[in-house]
Amino acid sequence: MKLTLKIWRQKNATSKGSLETYQVTDVDGDMSFLEMLDVLNADLIENGKDPVEFDHDCREGICGSCSLQINGRPHGPKRHITTCQLHMRSFKDGDTIVIEPWRAKAFPVIKDLVVDRTAFDRIQQAGGYISVNTSGNTIDANSIPVEKDDADEAFNSATCIGCGACVAACKNASAMLFTSAKVSQFALLPQGEVEASRRVLNMVNQMDKEGFGACSNTGACYIECPKDISLENIARINREYLKASVEG
Amino acid sequence: MGIVSSSIARKVSMALSGLFLVVFLAQHFTINFSSVVAPETFNEWSHFMGTNGLVQFALQPVLILGVIFHFVMGIILELKNNRARVHSYKKYSGSANSSWASRNMIISGAVVLAFLGLHFYDFWVPEIIYKYVDVNEAMESRYYPELVHKFESPVRVGIYCLAFVLLMFHLWHGFASSFQTMGWNNKYSKAIKGFTKLYAVAIPLGFIFIALYHHFNQIPH
Repeated sequence: MKLTLKIWRQKNATSKGSLETYQVTDVDGDMSFLEMLDVLNADLIENGKDPVEFDHDCREGICGSCSLQINGRPHGPKRHITTCQLHMRSFKDGDTIVIEPWRAKAFPVIKDLVVDRTAFDRIQQAGGYISVNTSGNTIDANSIPVEKDDADEAFNSATCIGCGACVAACKNASAMLFTSAKVSQFALLPQGEVEASRRVLNMVNQMDKEGFGACSNTGACYIECPKDISLENIARINREYLKASVEG
Repeated sequence: MGIVSSSIARKVSMALSGLFLVVFLAQHFTINFSSVVAPETFNEWSHFMGTNGLVQFALQPVLILGVIFHFVMGIILELKNNRARVHSYKKYSGSANSSWASRNMIISGAVVLAFLGLHFYDFWVPEIIYKYVDVNEAMESRYYPELVHKFESPVRVGIYCLAFVLLMFHLWHGFASSFQTMGWNNKYSKAIKGFTKLYAVAIPLGFIFIALYHHFNQIPH
């Protein structure tokens, strides 16, 4: 198929970008979206032009690197997948596809479609961990009984790959789904109890400092999340935050 | 950044003030609906609300403060949220992943706020003038005819109905959303959500019915 691509091109973090139009031909429906961009880049390089910069790594929906806003939606028109899992059969011959970077004050553009997502790292560093005594009497994690439902829910929360689609989808560029998943994966387990109050207060504080917006409960983040991270996590972080605030 | 100024604290205060207004709305609707089924009861209840010291000088100021707080905090949150995305998308497909009501609370809220201005001008201001400026004697029978005559104008009825439709959108998202913001998530969540959706539709439709009923059942001046 033949496609028209309107891609955001921006030389660096300080320059002003714009949408530029490209034509790609011989696109196979079985190609992934990223492979289609590889074809475009090969063509650009062959013609002595600057290739389009975009993030990618595992290309199997695990790493959370790929981060494209495709036709106004994070990771494209399909729900609950990453951009690398999107195939070109989702488009029709002659389609025009608009490709933009994630847009958020906390995710500044580095170049073209690549954004700086280290704000997520800083939120994680603010409290997304547990302290374990490693002085020689470390208790085996498996010796602490955990309810099956809690273990499953904690695991589901921990599957968040931190791609940032939640922020990209949210009209407020809120990071509540990400932060709530990272709080939940510990809040549900006995290992996370010791630092529970400090964790939620510090992580929410860091989230606000980074400049993310507040949650309006639109649910867009869940729809676009490649890992189905549930909105129940957001109710939980609100609850944990209120509890921690009251307890002081 | 303190707890009070955190995004979650702001949202919780928004949810609490919203829930307070939802309770008030139910009470307001109950009294107004009595004007359709039992005008004498409406007069009696209105007279009580208009003359009871506790209602007038304690509950009424709290209600007005609640309304002001809700819309001021709504505007603060909207401005802060807008600052979280400095550069907007060239193409944005919000309807693919969220409802219009959830994305446009500021619009439905602004319409309801504008309506409140008209509503105060129609009922609250004349009431204050009647009681505290002109210092007229309390007259229990005046409330029903005053209410009915306000709905004589088709333009006013149209504005009221439009505002109630926007109120419906506002409640459709806001009422259910307030429980999520409060961290409410348990086996009753589904039932609560169902109740909030029912409330969001029934109360504004009820207000529309009341406005239309009095418009088509005018009494002589």
